[in-house]
Amino acid sequence: MERIDLLKRSVEYRKKILKYIVGAKAGHTGGSLSCIDILNVLYNHVLNVSPQNFSSPNRDRYIQSKGHCVEALFVVLADKGFFPEEHLETLCQYKSHYIGHPTRKVKGVEQNTGALGHGLPIAVGNAIAAKLDKKDYKVYTLMGDGELPEGSNWEAALTAAHYKLDNLCAIVDKNTLQITAPTTEVCNTDPLDEKWKAFGWAVKEVDGHDLEALKKAFDSLPFEPGKPSVIIAHTVKGKGVSFMENNLKWHHGVPDKEEYALALNELENSIRKAAV
Amino acid sequence: MAHIETTDPNGYKPNQEIFSEVLQSLAAGDRDIIAVTSDSRGSGKLVPFGKKFPEQIVEVGIAEQNLVGVAAGLAAAGKKVFAVSPACFLTARALEQIKNDVAYSDNPVTVVGISAGVSYGALGSTHHSLHDFAALRAINNITVVVPADNFETARATELAATTNSPVYLRFGKKVMNSLKEVNDDTFVFGKGRVITEGNDAAIIACGETVFPAVQAAKLLAAQGIDVTVVSMHTIKPLDTDLLAKLAQQCKAIVTVEEHSVYGGLGEACASYLMQHGLHKPFRIVGIPDEYTVTGSQQDIFNHYHITKEGIADVVKKLL
Repeated sequence: MERIDLLKRSVEYRKKILKYIVGAKAGHTGGSLSCIDILNVLYNHVLNVSPQNFSSPNRDRYIQSKGHCVEALFVVLADKGFFPEEHLETLCQYKSHYIGHPTRKVKGVEQNTGALGHGLPIAVGNAIAAKLDKKDYKVYTLMGDGELPEGSNWEAALTAAHYKLDNLCAIVDKNTLQITAPTTEVCNTDPLDEKWKAFGWAVKEVDGHDLEALKKAFDSLPFEPGKPSVIIAHTVKGKGVSFMENNLKWHHGVPDKEEYALALNELENSIRKAAV
Repeated sequence: MAHIETTDPNGYKPNQEIFSEVLQSLAAGDRDIIAVTSDSRGSGKLVPFGKKFPEQIVEVGIAEQNLVGVAAGLAAAGKKVFAVSPACFLTARALEQIKNDVAYSDNPVTVVGISAGVSYGALGSTHHSLHDFAALRAINNITVVVPADNFETARATELAATTNSPVYLRFGKKVMNSLKEVNDDTFVFGKGRVITEGNDAAIIACGETVFPAVQAAKLLAAQGIDVTVVSMHTIKPLDTDLLAKLAQQCKAIVTVEEHSVYGGLGEACASYLMQHGLHKPFRIVGIPDEYTVTGSQQDIFNHYHITKEGIADVVKKLL
């Protein structure tokens, strides 16, 4: 996909994330906005996944470990044709399948997630199965930096290196804020690159909002043969809406009518700027 | 009363060994059979499995949460996965992974809790699993199976491999006598296995407590009390048809389990009977809610009267 199309798509996704969070009066606004560029590049450039091949054993696998940012995943899946976008009008409503975390009741979702620290172990299992079956699909999992203190992540990181899973890529959406405070104040995981390297992973750091840099990073997988890869994506929580950026209030803040209008206006302007 | 072999353990094996033997025979014919272990292949009797099928064993080290997560990922990719680890760690430390990654996500993993109950009796409460029935009964979408003898273990393992939904299989280290001389009955999950028949009382037991229950029935038979003994190998879904039938035909019901008296087989039966108006004298024999005594499994059974004499006494007091 051309650079400008991808850029526009990111803005459209952000508008839709806000639309459905406002409609549901609930959602994880800041984190969905921080990871949406990563999801955009994954689903529009990287993953061999479509509604048509979703039952194929050879499809790539994407597991969203930071399940609370499900709004980002849902708008991308709707855009890719997994389900009609209007389904998202039921987000978080009674008996809707479109709940606050990914579930397999929604077409396109690989695994039910929501409790943190679960995505990577499952992805490791997927990747081992691919190796055993000599299949060449790749496995991706998106983690938040706030979930990294969960010990299960590091158990799985060891297994991934032990089994030389170079068909596995973890992406850390390092937006540096979690519900209480900056991650460095809650439980500092820096220096993150050194931790992953010490666990036997090949590491690349990118600007998680630079679509071309993300494409380049994904295109160069695996970063080292025989090693699992991790992309540490430096992102901004609430990215794209000035008053939401780097502001803890928007971890799961829902914009009121005025804030929503302001946010849409900013996003529209950013499309116009990108088109120039 | 049917003839029961109750005295000679020679020729019988621990259920863990039977599990391993059956898994090896399944793996020989199906490359998708995978055992996942957490440094537990020795305890799980899976060393021969690992030697014969090195490509079908995934070792994750001592990391139970990861064990279950990886097992779920393997199952999601089409593997028939047996995640094997001591029940005490597997169903406590990795409970969230069993709940979310296996049951909620409907990944057809067989979670195998080995050395269960008080098999590691002398090692203390860290190594006892007296909570697992209660914890797993409250989780939707997992079948909880506790085979008693070698026959049940073999059939349960075979069934688990072909069941396309989550299963918890739980057994211990003790050499288990055969409950029946001829195992010609059909074993299916969710249907209790009647070992002896009698209308005075029913003893509903599971796992390694079925054998002392059968011995208790023998003692009682000698005193003119005829008892039905059921191996209720599936704790969930419970065989409520059989339970209702027993409640109608027997004067009293006693349950026996190697588990806390809270939340296990006994309370599952009590709940059903109470809610269906089937009120009969009823007692739960199990491990009481206290700082559990330590010693061998048999020491602990003796201490809490999970013995032929203890069970027979409970029955007599109800009649």
